[in-house]
Amino acid sequence: MNMHIASKIVAGLGLSLMAAGAAEAGEFEFSGSIGLEARVFFDEAQFDKQLDVFQGSTILEPELRWESDDRAHQIVVKPFARLDSEDDERTHVDLREGYWRTTGDTWEVLVGAAKVFWGVTESRHLVDIINQSDTVEDTDEEDKLGQPMVRATAFTDWGDLSFFLMPYFRERTFPGAEGRLRTPLPVAADDARYESDQERFYPDVAFRYSHYFGDWDVGVSLFHGTSREPIFDGVNAAGELIPFYEIITQVGADIQYTTGPWLWKFEGIVREGQGDTFGAVAAGFEYTFFQIGGSDKDLGLLMEYLGDGRDDTAPVTIFDNDLFVGTRLAFNDTQDTSILFGGITDLENGSTGLRLEAERRLGDSFKLELESQVFIESDDDDPSQAFEQDSFATVRLSYFY
Amino acid sequence: MARLYPYPPTKFALAALVAVSICAPIAAADAPDSDPKAFEIAARSDRSDAGFGDSVADMKMILRNAAGQESERSMRLSTLEKENEEVGDKSLIVFDSPKDVEGTALLSHAQILESDDQWLYLPALKRVKRISSANKSGPFVGSEFAFEDFTSQELGKFSYTYEGEEEIDGLGHDIVVRYPLYEKSGYTRQVAWIDQEIFQTRKVDYYDRKDDLLKTLIFEDYREYDGVWRPHVMKMTNHQTNKSTDLIYSDYTFKSGLTERDFVKGVLERIR
Repeated sequence: MNMHIASKIVAGLGLSLMAAGAAEAGEFEFSGSIGLEARVFFDEAQFDKQLDVFQGSTILEPELRWESDDRAHQIVVKPFARLDSEDDERTHVDLREGYWRTTGDTWEVLVGAAKVFWGVTESRHLVDIINQSDTVEDTDEEDKLGQPMVRATAFTDWGDLSFFLMPYFRERTFPGAEGRLRTPLPVAADDARYESDQERFYPDVAFRYSHYFGDWDVGVSLFHGTSREPIFDGVNAAGELIPFYEIITQVGADIQYTTGPWLWKFEGIVREGQGDTFGAVAAGFEYTFFQIGGSDKDLGLLMEYLGDGRDDTAPVTIFDNDLFVGTRLAFNDTQDTSILFGGITDLENGSTGLRLEAERRLGDSFKLELESQVFIESDDDDPSQAFEQDSFATVRLSYFY
Repeated sequence: MARLYPYPPTKFALAALVAVSICAPIAAADAPDSDPKAFEIAARSDRSDAGFGDSVADMKMILRNAAGQESERSMRLSTLEKENEEVGDKSLIVFDSPKDVEGTALLSHAQILESDDQWLYLPALKRVKRISSANKSGPFVGSEFAFEDFTSQELGKFSYTYEGEEEIDGLGHDIVVRYPLYEKSGYTRQVAWIDQEIFQTRKVDYYDRKDDLLKTLIFEDYREYDGVWRPHVMKMTNHQTNKSTDLIYSDYTFKSGLTERDFVKGVLERIR
């Protein structure tokens, strides 16, 4: 979001917070985290200007919450900042959350910037469309920008119904010229163009129904508005790619069937507005072996198929016909130690990437995380080719307060 | 993970009898039939909990390793009494500390014969995930309490035999052995001391699958809330690893007006 609007929202929330505080004591809570991160790349840079080996960062994520005494009103302000040693585009701030929420017995209304997650699968989040990806953070599309919205939810005996009105579009973030894990030409994120004349003020609308029926959890969603995924439409004077955001309509469904140690998962979408109307799917399972070898550890096996029928005029995806296989080891210890290791391979051209994520709490307030991604095979025609030299390992130490 | 309480077990002896009769065919071969006296003692203890409605409490968990090093977790626990004898209670646990897991929440709908329904909320991703509840004997959040120590206390989930009486600190106790009838238990049997005054469980010895003594749970500081008793300290000691976990409850509130709607998966993202 541009900083002007972000600061207005913060100021507005701050004022209402003070007003609320004056009117009624309620309960304030201040918390957050500070992280230090080191990222090391194993291979020489593939493209001009890219950093060589080391990238360091400081991450700040404070959080202020207020809740009225009757718990009917909540205000949350959660800014985010990253200071990066190498990439000016990775140095960025965002209002991850900044909203007022009021809740009744059977309904809830939220106004402000918020984050919403939809879906069940692990390797790709197809259905999850409300928030823009903060891709400069990580390529896994799990880091999201705060989305300004008005959301109204009804809780009924037959499920939850949510309606979203999103008056302002958030542009995707991209690494700068110095950054790794980018397209061969850097992206001029600020030069974005739009299908709609209203540009980023084209209002997005969305609807979601979710419920469970015995062992089945089901979600159905509908979205109309500006696509979170741009195509690249030419090059500007500086030789950078220009993002172009189209208007799309997307329906999605996410289903999970839980039985014994099995989780069976399905996500599917149909999207209209980017090339020919296309469908995409992510489906598979997670099976857990509990207390392996008489220990306290649980070992999970995951497998998911990823298919996508989009044509060449739609935004590029690496998940067109891929298989994800992974394993999750949970130590179930007092430090909540866990390791996730997996790989995705393209069933047509063999392009393969591996990813490792491990974490462990140190003492009461620190958390140590390790992330590594290795691109072991990249076909010349696969979009992952741009990342071929970008295998990396990240170590992050965070302090929580 | 489910309800982290000193569990309000089944309220209806009749339902339990039905449950036992249905369970019996799948019972482990070495689980004997209930004897009537032991069953009645267990059922009386169970009934003493009926009508609590709903409860909210703060819970502190102190985990101690063999060397005596401690770490702490704190959470809030809400429980809704089952609406009828065919289902179990519903519970919601929200973690307050350690800070890196603050806001993580677990919603549980306990069942009698089928596996429980459980949803986990991960605040960093804003993700609600339905999780497997097949993990009966695994540790709950790194503690010495197993999932089944919380979730599988329904009267109908065990058969019972009577072992005699014992007077401890001037208080008479009935000793009842509980044999798990549900699948995948980590125990062959649990020996429970139930006092003869307020009919509450005071101590349980847990025997592992090899029938060796594994753990002992001590219940302390029982207090009465409008006819319902709750222990405020539960100490679990693992004799095989010398690790221990204390649960300390405070600020109990009963009948605060919670309803089914406070225990649906949609609430997980707005409970903090």
